[in-house]
Amino acid sequence: MTTQPLQFVPGSEFKRRAAKVVADPFLKKSFRGAMDFLMAKRAAQFPDPELLERQRTLAEHIRRYSLARMPQLLEQLEANLVKNGVKVHWAENSDEANAIILGICRQHDAKLMVKGKSMVSEEVELNHAMDAAGIDALESDMGEYIVQLAGEKPSHIIMPAIHKTKQDIAKLFAEKVPGVAYTEDVDALIQVGRDVLRKKFMDADIGLSGVNFAVAETGSLCLVENEGNGRMCTTVPDVHIAITGIEKVVEKLEHVVPLYGLLTRSATGQAITTYFNVITGPRREGEKDGPREMHLVLVDNGRSQAYADEQLRQTLQCIRCGACMNHCPVYTRIGGHAYGTTYPGPIGKIVSPHMMGLAATHVLPGASTLCGACGEVCPVKIPIPDLLIRLREEATHDAKPGHAPLVGQGAGKTTFASLAFKGFAFLYSRPALYRTFVWAATRFRFLTPGKQAGWTDSRTPLKPAAKSLRDLLAERENRGS
Amino acid sequence: MQRNIPDGPRPTDIYFFATCLVDLFCPEAGMDAIQILEREGIRVHFPENQTCCGQPAYTSGYADEARLVAAKQLDLFPEDWPVVVPSGSCAGMMFHHYPKLFAEDPVRKAQADALSGRVFELTEFLLKVLKVQFKDAGQPTKVTLHTSCSARREMGTHLHARELLGQLSGVEVLMQSHESECCGFGGTFSVRQPEISAAMAGDKADALKKTGAEVFLSADGGCLMNINGTLEKRRDSFRGQHLASFIWERTGKNNGGQA
Ligand code: SF4
Repeated sequence: MTTQPLQFVPGSEFKRRAAKVVADPFLKKSFRGAMDFLMAKRAAQFPDPELLERQRTLAEHIRRYSLARMPQLLEQLEANLVKNGVKVHWAENSDEANAIILGICRQHDAKLMVKGKSMVSEEVELNHAMDAAGIDALESDMGEYIVQLAGEKPSHIIMPAIHKTKQDIAKLFAEKVPGVAYTEDVDALIQVGRDVLRKKFMDADIGLSGVNFAVAETGSLCLVENEGNGRMCTTVPDVHIAITGIEKVVEKLEHVVPLYGLLTRSATGQAITTYFNVITGPRREGEKDGPREMHLVLVDNGRSQAYADEQLRQTLQCIRCGACMNHCPVYTRIGGHAYGTTYPGPIGKIVSPHMMGLAATHVLPGASTLCGACGEVCPVKIPIPDLLIRLREEATHDAKPGHAPLVGQGAGKTTFASLAFKGFAFLYSRPALYRTFVWAATRFRFLTPGKQAGWTDSRTPLKPAAKSLRDLLAERENRGS
Repeated sequence: MQRNIPDGPRPTDIYFFATCLVDLFCPEAGMDAIQILEREGIRVHFPENQTCCGQPAYTSGYADEARLVAAKQLDLFPEDWPVVVPSGSCAGMMFHHYPKLFAEDPVRKAQADALSGRVFELTEFLLKVLKVQFKDAGQPTKVTLHTSCSARREMGTHLHARELLGQLSGVEVLMQSHESECCGFGGTFSVRQPEISAAMAGDKADALKKTGAEVFLSADGGCLMNINGTLEKRRDSFRGQHLASFIWERTGKNNGGQA
């Protein structure tokens, strides 16, 4: 099944896509409805703000603790996985990750791979690589299956097909799945997907999955899911390949519990998911099921760049719950596809620059009002607005002396903006000059242009008052009141 | 997040930091805020050399330029008086971001830390420090409130405005849908992403108007300009007013206000 590879998305393209969604009343209503639903479900899980605050603080500490020890924990993880019979691979970037997985497939002469939901596999564009190598990589998560059938990308990290309506899916199934008639009955639609997939689990040579938490102390991989397809992918085929980012490692199983509790509540408003898999190695002697061979591919793909900087490292605290996008007023208006990145929404804006470079992504950190809704709900307390500001700075400046440049450092620099802010600083750091400016702006307010780029598309022009506050105060002084 | 404000003697003097938006675009709001403070018996000092908190440069990624401007403001307040700001976002900048902005300059950092502790958003200062008790002098009316995101999330003052309005017996405060959602201003965001910004401002204007309120109130000049500009462009007569002006008018200006 073919999928479109991610393309370089320049700022103008982002704007064009965003404008298109914004202008579509149907999409607008459907996104708004979906996000409202998710926000309400999350809120219902956290009735006590103080308790939530304590849980978030604990989760933040666990993530920071894990990241502070990441190099040692990764070594420990590898050693314990190997002890458990798992082969561990390290991938610097997408190409390496795909080459490793392709290598394993070739060893087994694999024709069919079934996939559980994995955003890292989306990030490295595994489906595209498999497709090019003639291997059928089939998504088994219902949402992923739908977007794959449609030849699209997920528009949300938890609910990949959230942009699709019941009618869209009915049409898609009727068109693409042989022998299926058009129906808008959701249960029937789900059954269609299940029937198709169930057969494939049995036929697949390889099962691929993501990882939510990798536990160093025990060498276990934890997988959170609702559909049971994750369990099928990781137990039915003879070979299981797990793929994940290096930041997913935690020290102990007990560290998983608070993170898991916040993950599901923040993501879908569920107290717990239907399935929670802890996978500690392939089938052992005497066991009746489970894969005979198991691999873990640990992907860097720009994470080390974020890791190297104390502030940007906070990006890696993320547990991919998606709450930041559910609560983001920009995401709610434009949906996930406009971003042109694997991870959309606020987390996408702060993580994609490390994965794809600032040249391709510098417009994204800027496309935020810094309203702070994301940081407020983030279960691991990532200060997303601060990181957006930081990336805006990196996008418009050379690296500071003594700091390694980020990939694409300074790619968003424009002479206009740097002159404008130089002018701003010049004027506003000279009180006497500023007073003259205010004096002139109020006296010559009739000269205010009627068209102000961007602003007046949807608003009346900004016009200085006839008298500034300092004028009014001076007048009052003179009147002696 | 709400700040802990320790009980102390009632201040006699304050500095008023008007913000560049209020100075140039809505000076009446600044004037009304000053008059409310004076009516409470406070001597209000307006440092002549104030310009702008530096936020537009800071949030756009121009930290050096923001520092130049912010450093000038740090020197404006030599006495240990509270600094009152009639805008959540500028107060948030001084309270929240100045200490970070000067993290690498020990002298300025100390100044920024000291200032951060005595910067107050207007509603916060009225309610928590002065503990005002307003007496309503107007006809019954219905209003709705839009709190800026910085006031809500950086200063935790959205509840303060509501509480102040609660003191006005004839004022009913109506809730709009998606109350906590941003109005789409975001400073330079409004011109960098005009389509998204317009969509957000439009939805906010709709939600406020739908409450059936006679007016919407906000303690932030940026949100007011954004939403009012949107309404005016639509030729809609519904408008927003600065909270300070509303309170000043409701409480009988110079004649009343004291319970
Ligand atoms: S940044 Fe925070 S809110 Fe967003 S997906 Fe990651 S953990 Fe969830």
